[in-house]
Amino acid sequence: MKTTSPHLLRLLAVTALMLGANVASHAQDKTTQLHNRATAAMCANCHGTEGRTIEGSAIPSLAGMPKDYMVLQMKAFKEGTRPATVMHQITKGLTDAQIDTIATYYAATKR
Amino acid sequence: MKRRSFVQASMALGSFGALGSMVGCASVGRVPEKARVVVVGGGYGGATAAKYVRMLSNYQIDVTLIEPNGEFVSCPISNLVIGGSKTMADITTPYDKLSGKHGVNIVRDYVASVDPVKKTVTLASGPSIRYDKLVMSPGIDLMFNTIEGLKEANASGQILQAWKAGPETLALRKQLEAMDDGGVYAITIPEAPYRCPPGPYERASQVAHYFKQHKPKSKVLILDANQDVTSKGPLFKKFWADNYKGILEYVPQHKVVAVDAKTNTLKFDVQNDVKANVLNVLPAMRAGGIAVQSSLANVNARWCGVHYQTFESTQAKDIHVIGDSIMIAPLMPKSGHMANSHGKVTAAAIVAQLSDMPVNPAPFLSNTCYSFVNDKLVVHVASVHQYDAKDKTYKTVPGSGGVSSAPNELEGIYAWNWAQNIWADSLM
Repeated sequence: MKTTSPHLLRLLAVTALMLGANVASHAQDKTTQLHNRATAAMCANCHGTEGRTIEGSAIPSLAGMPKDYMVLQMKAFKEGTRPATVMHQITKGLTDAQIDTIATYYAATKR
Repeated sequence: MKRRSFVQASMALGSFGALGSMVGCASVGRVPEKARVVVVGGGYGGATAAKYVRMLSNYQIDVTLIEPNGEFVSCPISNLVIGGSKTMADITTPYDKLSGKHGVNIVRDYVASVDPVKKTVTLASGPSIRYDKLVMSPGIDLMFNTIEGLKEANASGQILQAWKAGPETLALRKQLEAMDDGGVYAITIPEAPYRCPPGPYERASQVAHYFKQHKPKSKVLILDANQDVTSKGPLFKKFWADNYKGILEYVPQHKVVAVDAKTNTLKFDVQNDVKANVLNVLPAMRAGGIAVQSSLANVNARWCGVHYQTFESTQAKDIHVIGDSIMIAPLMPKSGHMANSHGKVTAAAIVAQLSDMPVNPAPFLSNTCYSFVNDKLVVHVASVHQYDAKDKTYKTVPGSGGVSSAPNELEGIYAWNWAQNIWADSLM
């Protein structure tokens, strides 16, 4: 038997590392997905499961709302430039990162 | 292929046969020997936890929900049934979507006991179910024995609580309809904490609205064991002064110790007796009976201590307690909306734990609670509770939350839509 070429060994090592990193990043993605989905679900009590309200609801659905628009509205509530009944009080309790997570989630959700 | 289908079909038939012998009711789910997640109680907390474990696991984790009632009857909005502007049908939602759409296995039964060591739940009808994770959401227990004579007076149907929405909601409405004009309706409120802080004041407002329209010589008397109105106080008191003057009277610091059903009389620890035509007595409350019996109510023997990041009991591993049963974090109300929020944080934590993923280090909870002061006008209180990893509790964010500036019709529309959306979010 010939000894394995150093090139091949290096290639194998790199592949193994990449595979490992892939598995780790896949697990990380799944964790982030779960946490983000649960964070967005905190809006669903009023705005419907997955951001879809019941038919005829005056409270708007969030599913499919453009991300930039939603971030702007949430910040306008937070800063008091858009008047509201409750949203100015709710948004003041959220971090900018949470607002971003929520807006990203609903923008990617089908109406 | 054909042979495999046949085998599957006969296996399915086999389990269906077992269902028939165990439960004897086709509309009820089968009683499994084991479920990865068992949920006790199908209210705002339990139904939401069951649905969201299914959803957040992409329908990979099986859930069995144990609930004695055939339908969900909402406490929020039930005061409007008592006031006469909504019906029982308006506040009732079936459980069929939870099973049909989300695959939650619903077993209609009471839980007789929980064994946290063997990790089993035993049903009142006999069989036991093993679990990996148990969610306890049994709501509240009304402590009738803390008021002398109340247990019997309630059992006979004379002095109602109607605090657990259901048959008593309608029965209280009927008592008010039957009362002659010129009569007195008295509601008594226990010391906080109790389920739904603004609920008694909303109910008193609803009855006052009904009297104003239909029985103008009648009176509403609120006898509160607390120092003052416990929620939305200035808003309620201003509306009462402006709209129910001469109809509604608020009396703080009155703690009921006994009732005399023969003469419809309330007895207090200090003050003189009070007689009324319709008595609505709310006794002190504690965690639902099965939580107390399972030794989970480890705070003052009334409320269940939990690790707030996951809502896992401080008493037993792999048992999560949510909703009105828990020892609340500062400024956290015992409300349906809050229970729904608990259900989601808990569902996400359970899915993470059962999937070997880290639990969310920074969950948050929200609460919005609307109260109708008549059939159209509403006031709200809202709050946001962020988890504080250092102090291991939830804290309201300074500057966030608050109440309405005044009763208004727009929030009346939102309040009814809130109810419809949260019923769908919890149950459909």
